[in-house]
Amino acid sequence: MSAHIESHDHHDDHGHGEEVSHSTLKGYMVGFFLAVVLTAIPFWLVMGKVIPNPQTLAIVILTFAAIQIVVHMIYFLHMDTKSQGGWNMLALMFTLILVVITLTGSIWVMFHLNSNMMPGMSHDMTEQQVKNLP
Amino acid sequence: MNTPDLVKLIFGRLTIEAIPYHEPILIGTFAAVAIGGIALLAVLTKYKLWGYLWSEWFTSIDHKKIGIMYMVLGVVMLLRGFSDAIMMRAQQAMAFNGSAGFLPPHHYDQVFTAHGVIMIFFVAMPFVTGLMNFVVPLQIGARDVAFPFLNNFSFWMTVAGGMLVMASLFVGEFARTGWLAYPPLSGLAASPDVGVDYYIWSLQVAGVGTTLSGINLLATIIKMRAPGMTMMKMPVFTWTSLCTNVLIVAAFPVLTAVLALLSLDRYVGTNFFTNDFGGNAMMYVNLIWIWGHPEVYILVLPLFGVFSEVVATFSRKRLFGYASMVYATVVITVLSYLVWLHHFFTMGSGASVNSFFGITTMIISIPTGAKIFNWLFTMYRGRIQFEVPMLWTMGFMITFVIGGMTGVMLAVPPADFLLHNSLFLIAHFHNVIIGGVIFGVFAGINYWFPKAFGFKLDSYWGKWSFWLWLTGFYFAFMPLYVLGFMGVTRRMNHFEDPSLQIWFIIAAFGAVLIAGGIAAFLIQIFVSIKRREALRDVTGDPWHGRTLEWSTSSPPPSYNFAFTPVIHEQDAWWQMKERNAERRTEGYLPIHMPKNTAAGVYIAAFAFVIGFAMIWHMFLIAGLAFLGLLVTAIGHTFNYKRDYYIPADVVARTEAARTEELAAHV
Repeated sequence: MSAHIESHDHHDDHGHGEEVSHSTLKGYMVGFFLAVVLTAIPFWLVMGKVIPNPQTLAIVILTFAAIQIVVHMIYFLHMDTKSQGGWNMLALMFTLILVVITLTGSIWVMFHLNSNMMPGMSHDMTEQQVKNLP
Repeated sequence: MNTPDLVKLIFGRLTIEAIPYHEPILIGTFAAVAIGGIALLAVLTKYKLWGYLWSEWFTSIDHKKIGIMYMVLGVVMLLRGFSDAIMMRAQQAMAFNGSAGFLPPHHYDQVFTAHGVIMIFFVAMPFVTGLMNFVVPLQIGARDVAFPFLNNFSFWMTVAGGMLVMASLFVGEFARTGWLAYPPLSGLAASPDVGVDYYIWSLQVAGVGTTLSGINLLATIIKMRAPGMTMMKMPVFTWTSLCTNVLIVAAFPVLTAVLALLSLDRYVGTNFFTNDFGGNAMMYVNLIWIWGHPEVYILVLPLFGVFSEVVATFSRKRLFGYASMVYATVVITVLSYLVWLHHFFTMGSGASVNSFFGITTMIISIPTGAKIFNWLFTMYRGRIQFEVPMLWTMGFMITFVIGGMTGVMLAVPPADFLLHNSLFLIAHFHNVIIGGVIFGVFAGINYWFPKAFGFKLDSYWGKWSFWLWLTGFYFAFMPLYVLGFMGVTRRMNHFEDPSLQIWFIIAAFGAVLIAGGIAAFLIQIFVSIKRREALRDVTGDPWHGRTLEWSTSSPPPSYNFAFTPVIHEQDAWWQMKERNAERRTEGYLPIHMPKNTAAGVYIAAFAFVIGFAMIWHMFLIAGLAFLGLLVTAIGHTFNYKRDYYIPADVVARTEAARTEELAAHV
């Protein structure tokens, strides 16, 4: 018995416009509101000198910045786990992993590069220590 | 404005002195190229081929033709890269006992830099991209890539980059820095001339093409697979292409960025990588290897796919361990981002950093080893046919395992401190790149040539090519392992110790054998064209293949598939043959196709002019060319005549001719 090679007629549109999440006026308004709030709070923290310790301040502001990125992705770039059959989320995860590897790896490597220097070549030695070198 | 100012405005720092008319080797080369070029132009004009080439090839956006053009570019550049190689081998074999050889250091340094740059960027990359371009859409049952115009444009950008490298031969000079152009040697202080600028601009121009074609193929594989072809039913070559293009898209921007920083150092006086003012040259090394290590997997992964297809086809068996092959590929894709520091263990990191990267490097050999076992188990109890592609595959398996093992040796940081920058390293990476990439490319060419042109390649000369390459490789690179253990470093112009000479002579002999292998390959093409009637493939399936590309005629019609196939299992074509599926021969519909366009050629030509003008500081011309590029690119967006329909009766005629041909030969 022989079967026909199954085939279907070609469609030129490759299934675009599956679903439109968040791209409603309400979605944009929520996103805009969150973005404004997340910008205003760090602004206030700096202007009002609320946190005296600069290091803590920097960490707090960076945290707000990270949340801000997430807000933009969800409400303006319409990132979710379903769009494009999950490929968008997969690509995002992959990108994040690579960016983290590249940044942390580079920082780790670059701060490590003087490990094998000869003792005399390090800049932070005192004159006395240099004199005492063998 | 007086004349010197005007000349400077137009020509920048380009003067007649930049033409190396006092170097006999270059003049000889130039004469040969000029005579060959004129002869070629004359032949093209005589047979009135210009119009044909222009309308059917140069402006074509058919992925098959673009793929073939990539392969032609690869072969042409292979000849250039190999002539650099054989010059180096001859120089090192001769320059002993006080003899200076025939290449002065100034020239020799350009030769080894050009060899590396050309072989990686303009031989291996075009070959890999060409194979993917030709095969992937056919394997997934698509009619073209996702962005056909972009594909043509990417190709011409790669050509423009290659032309910049070639131009450096006759106008000015190329970099004398080694193929990755580490600063501070590549900085303005140590390399004030145009060599490094040629390097930067050729890679930047070609890099645009590579990145765009990566995006293109990625979109093609993800969005345009035939219905039913889920991820785990994709052919392995498509899988490895997918991973390679993921790597391209993720890694090439890093190269672009780091080269841009280097150009800022050279053009506007920033201090990213200088020795003074807080610059750090080690950051360049770090960043360029973040691109550079994924790059070697970009090169080799698609060829792993080729070997998988070839092994399964010529063993008459399903590929052993399909799922493990896929997972191994994905694991390699991710791990390839975690090993870059093994290229500079000796740069000064402490034990913890070096051990981390040493261990990740050793781990990456596990999925690679798994692949080797999968191929072996596919062959086990298979009905193996020793056709030329299969020979290349077996040559690869032996050679690549040796190269892989020396790689694991180099991954041990203490051992690397002894072997770093020695000829052992050179032997290792040629062992994996020739054994993996080049052998794979030849396997692929021999395997898919009948699909592309409608006749097989002559196997007699194919075998000559294979055996000459294989023996030539061992003669050329095994001595370098020995020399590396003796402590001989790379990039040396001449030697003092006469006891080393014999090894270099053996290596030079190997290079001569490889030259024979390349010649045999060219003869193979020539002979096959002569004997094309005897080698004709009428069925479209000369090897009894397993994947969809073999279901089309050879060469496939411009629309690839009259009906989009529906996939039920892996090895879709094999299953169709098992089920005795019949071709559908009626109910054709008009086929919607993209139209050829010349915009890609023009934009790439402007990019070439921009690159050349920037190299010579002709900022006026660079600005004008950039304007021209913008105008052409924007103008192209107003071109609304981008598509056409192949009428149903034309499709019906084409398919009827194929039906007749099949009936006559079954």
